[in-house]
Amino acid sequence: MRTKILLLISALLFLAALAMVFVFVPTEDNQGVVQRIFYFHVPVAWVAFFAFFVTFVASILYLVKRSIIWDMAACASAEIGLLFTTLILITGSIWARPIWGVWWDWDARLTSSLVLWLIYVAYFIVRAYIGEEERRARFAAAVGIVGFVDVPIVALAVEFSRTLHPRPNIFNGGLSESPPMLATLLLSIAAFTVLYLLFMVVGMRIKEDERELISLKEAVKE
Amino acid sequence: MSFWSQVVAITRKDILSELRTREIITSILVFAVLVLVIFNFTFNPDQAMMARIAPGILWVAFVFSGVLALNRAFIPEKEENCLEGLMCCPVEREAIYIGKALGSLFFMLLVEAVILSVFALLFNVSVFQLEIITVTFFATIGFVAVGTLFSALAINTRAREMVLPILFLPIITPVIIAAVKASALALEGKSWADMTPWLVILIAFDMIFTVVSFLVFPYIIEE
Repeated sequence: MRTKILLLISALLFLAALAMVFVFVPTEDNQGVVQRIFYFHVPVAWVAFFAFFVTFVASILYLVKRSIIWDMAACASAEIGLLFTTLILITGSIWARPIWGVWWDWDARLTSSLVLWLIYVAYFIVRAYIGEEERRARFAAAVGIVGFVDVPIVALAVEFSRTLHPRPNIFNGGLSESPPMLATLLLSIAAFTVLYLLFMVVGMRIKEDERELISLKEAVKE
Repeated sequence: MSFWSQVVAITRKDILSELRTREIITSILVFAVLVLVIFNFTFNPDQAMMARIAPGILWVAFVFSGVLALNRAFIPEKEENCLEGLMCCPVEREAIYIGKALGSLFFMLLVEAVILSVFALLFNVSVFQLEIITVTFFATIGFVAVGTLFSALAINTRAREMVLPILFLPIITPVIIAAVKASALALEGKSWADMTPWLVILIAFDMIFTVVSFLVFPYIIEE
């Protein structure tokens, strides 16, 4: 039931967001039509960071409370975060090609996104190499915490190098001078956030089913 | 025993056993020299090129030998069930972390001192400057703070030493960036003021990750 409601809301929001991105919002002066990918790129990045933040909080809660539900939440959220970080890199490359003339550049924000991606790939590698559930949860929580704390420092360190990336100017001029652009961005962020919640609910259910399947297998073996 | 005498006892144990076996230091030093030699073959650098790539070569050698050293930090503990023994002692878990970290710090600084000497000799770059030594010191604290935690973690996974570099390298990217940039500035003869932002990043990283690892470590070695 919860899934269906979330599915319905996110479907409606996405239809509305698509309509706004392709029909309603004015074309940006400098970059032209290409700039419209912005309304996907930024919400995708927002979901990725939000997902890793949820992993961070759930990891701490796991270490404190020792309830496996928090490990399942941390893992489900990290899966979504990794998927969306991959999407950041892909949409970023698609956007970079016509604007900068290259698919990839070692620009500050691209580089920190790549490092972020590598940190959470490592998170899943650690999970894959531990068989016991309790130990896996503990170790993954450690990586979930350390990894997230590292994110701002990575960003700061790479930011010192010269950057090609447009500064986020949502709040200082830029977007706020164009209400249609801001509205489109916000609606798109809302759509992606509901999609995150939907993925989270489904992800948690898959984790529960996996656990049940494992315990059934154990029972059959005995 | 007070907290710090527990720490000192653990560090002393690590240093003594290493000085008697010389297992880690010898192989890491040979490895580090090999890295430098391989760089010579792959780049075949002249003096002008050397000025540009020297910090990079130096830090690749430091990072790779660091991974090797940190990997070994918990292997002897695991092999003879020493860690279980240590945890049965009335020793705080945090003291184990600090003790092991100080031991690794000692070995890594020793290895880095030798790498610097060999580097200066082979590549004719004067790396013995106070600036470079300071940067190396703070960067190594960062390596050890994170590395000790992940080394204890990696050793308890199925893939063991495979896991450490995969976890360790992305986390320490800020340290590598700051250390390479600061070393490059030092080799160009720039002043301390130019290096300040990088030193700030290094020290901030050291403080944050010493605290975070200190808090998380007890959860890794319990059981």
